[in-house]
Amino acid sequence: MPITSILKLEIERVSILDEHGNYDEKLGAGLIPDGDLVKLYEAMSSCRYLDEVAFKLQRSGRMGTYPQNMGQEATSLAAAYVLNKDDWLVTCYRENCGLFWRGVPMESILLHWMGDERGNAMPRPHFATPIAVPIGTQMLHAAGLAWASKYRGEKQIACTFFGDGATSEGDFHEAANFAANLDLPVVFCCQNNFWAISVPGKIQCSAPTLAQRGIAYGMPVMQVDGNDIFACAYAVKQGAERARQESRPTFIEMVTYRLGDHTTADDARRYRDQAEVDVWKERDPLLRTRILLERKRLWDSSKQEAMQARIEVEVAAAVARAEEIVAPPVSDVFNYTFAEISADLAHQRDTMQTHSLASDAPVAAKGD
Amino acid sequence: MANLNLVQAINLALIQEMERDERVLILGEDVGANGGVFRVTEGLHKRFGARRVVDTPLAESGIIGTSIGLAMAGLRPIPEIQFDGFLGPAYDQICSHAARMRTRTRGAYTVPLTIRVPVGGGIHAPELHSDSPETIYSHQPGLKVVMPSSPYDAKGLLISAIRDPDPVIFFEPKRIYRAYREEVPEDEYTIPIGKARVVCEGSDLTIISWGASVLQCMESIEKSSRSIELIDLRTIYPMDLDAIEASVKKTGRCVVVHEAPRTGGMGAEVAAQIMERCFLYLEAPVQRVTGFDTIMPYYKLELSYMPDAARISGAIDAALSY
Repeated sequence: MPITSILKLEIERVSILDEHGNYDEKLGAGLIPDGDLVKLYEAMSSCRYLDEVAFKLQRSGRMGTYPQNMGQEATSLAAAYVLNKDDWLVTCYRENCGLFWRGVPMESILLHWMGDERGNAMPRPHFATPIAVPIGTQMLHAAGLAWASKYRGEKQIACTFFGDGATSEGDFHEAANFAANLDLPVVFCCQNNFWAISVPGKIQCSAPTLAQRGIAYGMPVMQVDGNDIFACAYAVKQGAERARQESRPTFIEMVTYRLGDHTTADDARRYRDQAEVDVWKERDPLLRTRILLERKRLWDSSKQEAMQARIEVEVAAAVARAEEIVAPPVSDVFNYTFAEISADLAHQRDTMQTHSLASDAPVAAKGD
Repeated sequence: MANLNLVQAINLALIQEMERDERVLILGEDVGANGGVFRVTEGLHKRFGARRVVDTPLAESGIIGTSIGLAMAGLRPIPEIQFDGFLGPAYDQICSHAARMRTRTRGAYTVPLTIRVPVGGGIHAPELHSDSPETIYSHQPGLKVVMPSSPYDAKGLLISAIRDPDPVIFFEPKRIYRAYREEVPEDEYTIPIGKARVVCEGSDLTIISWGASVLQCMESIEKSSRSIELIDLRTIYPMDLDAIEASVKKTGRCVVVHEAPRTGGMGAEVAAQIMERCFLYLEAPVQRVTGFDTIMPYYKLELSYMPDAARISGAIDAALSY
């Protein structure tokens, strides 16, 4: 019997706006109208400035550990832009830009990193799940949220974000497998930023792309320039349409770069060369968007200055609002454990700051 | 009224909740056409279809993780984990997400799901099919842990679990799935989570137990000439501390019986609570009859591991003659 080839794979890579500002009119047609592009640029700029401020807040002891988003603004923003307002956005912790576009207040994110759970209270209008700290677990929630929509016969889909490191986690593979085999309307957006804290991508995956991990599960895949907001929007739009119309998942590898440290607790100089960072600084999603806007005569330095002034006021106000929020009552530690807490838990709550549990037992033996 | 065993009672509860509430769906390994490896979901796939009784890929973390998403979206998923020993892969999703969601979002998101898991030894199963992990999940804040020992309780507790707004782990003692039948009302009823049941009243000593061990306790009580009270906790967390306190204050002596390992087991918590609440009423130290701090043995030796009537009787005698 002859040996035959049974499978040939091809992965499309999409680039619409490159790092020099070259723009593919044909692919980009109708994707982002000029007016919106200005707003998206402003959103990325505002998110970038918040990063700078957050870094200083952490360094001056006004905020806990914070993960900067710098360099990766385009990915989640593009998704939030093309998705419907009620599609689920299931993120990890480097998707501020998309969350803000969704309407999540800036102070919520700040509050979260200031050690206050109320920052995670993202009510329904945002259709955004709380920041997921353990790596690679939230994609399963996205699959479940999408499943619920399908179960109800609704058209809502779920779009989930995670990093290159997360694709090493078992839960990623289970989520991909569930979504593909149960035909769930999910768009998987993998932000390949090359570094999982200090561990480079080659230790996460020996294959030449992360996109092919999706192929293994029978999903349509695509690789895009993750610093190109048009390419990201193009891919998410296609994935969202497939999810909505065919109830099938899509895997998108968004190739981007973490310009900052992993978090404020990290120092990336310990494990990566500045030369590499410098290359990626040239590929910054903000720079190329500005070049295009200027070429289209939609932007100039006076607009840039005016925007910067607006952003500074906006971010300062968000910081002020976040810092004005006083610590919740300690009873909150208990009150959200269950819808209704047990008598024992209530007792722990009521005595946590006064007496030991034993000396303050609800019905003391001696008293009977 | 119908005369049902534990499996049939659970099956009936599932059917009735699915008929009552469109939001309820079942997912897991082999729960569909096969009706589950213990046949707990027998007939449900045929009755409700593949949309509501879903065979999933073989992945426990995936089953629980997607259930969390389903629950966050407002549905009432009932995932089945096929055996106790397979709960491990789902531990992260249960403890890092299901248990915490309400707290960490200050109530913006909740996870009303019921995780059904057959537990315990005594069925001559291969390794990792006979564990008793109730302590592990009782120690995780944000979870409710239930383990019925009778068909009547199983139906009422499962309905409560499904309707509960928080995550509940519903452990089913597989050894007594078909051990006996009892009268179970056809109508729906609930048994509150967190309430123990006094199986039989007595004045000399209190036995506190749960799950399949309750049957060994009854066997031991039948052999005893003394007046012994048996409390089936039914809910491991939150524990019915008032029931424990009332009984031990009455009898002054207590034996705790569970199949799970001893150190740090829920028997230790029962003993500590009794120390705090009933110290001056105690006539003897609280006795524990438990599994051991060892790996559950393969089935040739499993009966030696699990508390039996003889060991329970020994502890009763020790407490009474102290």
